[in-house]
Amino acid sequence: MEQFAPVKRSGDGQPVRYLIVDDSVFARKNLASMVQSFGGEVAGEAGDGVSAIAEYDRLTPDIVLMDITMPQMEGIEAAEKIVRAHPGARIVMVSSVGYQENIVAALQRGARHFVQKPVKPEVLYEIIKYVMRDDQETAQSAGA
Amino acid sequence: MRMELIQPFLNSADAVLAQGLGTPVSIENLSMDEEAYRRKGVAAEVCLTGDIEGRIIFDANEKTGACFASHLAGPELTGTEELIREAVCELANQIIGNAVTVLNDQGFHFRVHPPTLHTSEHGDKSSEDTEAVVLCFSTARGEVYMNVALRYHPRGAAAAG
Repeated sequence: MEQFAPVKRSGDGQPVRYLIVDDSVFARKNLASMVQSFGGEVAGEAGDGVSAIAEYDRLTPDIVLMDITMPQMEGIEAAEKIVRAHPGARIVMVSSVGYQENIVAALQRGARHFVQKPVKPEVLYEIIKYVMRDDQETAQSAGA
Repeated sequence: MRMELIQPFLNSADAVLAQGLGTPVSIENLSMDEEAYRRKGVAAEVCLTGDIEGRIIFDANEKTGACFASHLAGPELTGTEELIREAVCELANQIIGNAVTVLNDQGFHFRVHPPTLHTSEHGDKSSEDTEAVVLCFSTARGEVYMNVALRYHPRGAAAAG
């Protein structure tokens, strides 16, 4: 897989930590190899929305990559619950179903961005940089 | 079956297979299927409820499925049956998800259910209101099939939520 310039946390220069949520083991492995090519670290994985909430509470990752259509609890509901409990959570929805209603619902419930499957690494990379920009702003204002 | 329901699946399969597998894709055959569905290898089924109701089965033989798995996830993952099934399910998910995105943006509202493995050797026969269309795609990694049995059912929208 193509390698990208590493995206690091601005505050401490450490790798960005990801929680990858998808009911497909295959999709999780695919996303994991992408974020590793961005210099990131997979903090954890979950296969449904309920586990995602528990794993977020346990790991407090920098970014969650969240599928939408999953058993038990779908991704949009899980995203809403995570953001309600952790207003600073950065959640990027990753789904093959990309119609407007889904995107709007996800963004209204606190997701930061949306990317449609099949995911192109260069597209996800730009989204990760965009979503992490508030981390850079926080680090800059702390250093000012 | 209304052709505007089929066209997004054709386009989506073409795009997703070509991008995901890095190989050109051509449509070998498109036919109506009046007989009961017969599984050809590893098959994933996705059900739709709402304005459009029915199911789509994405099917590839095990050798082709193994090629998909190894191309998509790297050679270190080759071989296990579970990963082959996962690869076929994920391809089905992406193709069908992209197609329903187009249909939804055209005004059809329905719910997509997660893919499940289709393990029966045979499936249901077509009926008068749910004809099945079989699409056969040829790729450098083997042939894949999609069996699409859908009906337009606007009253289902309320029940689907």
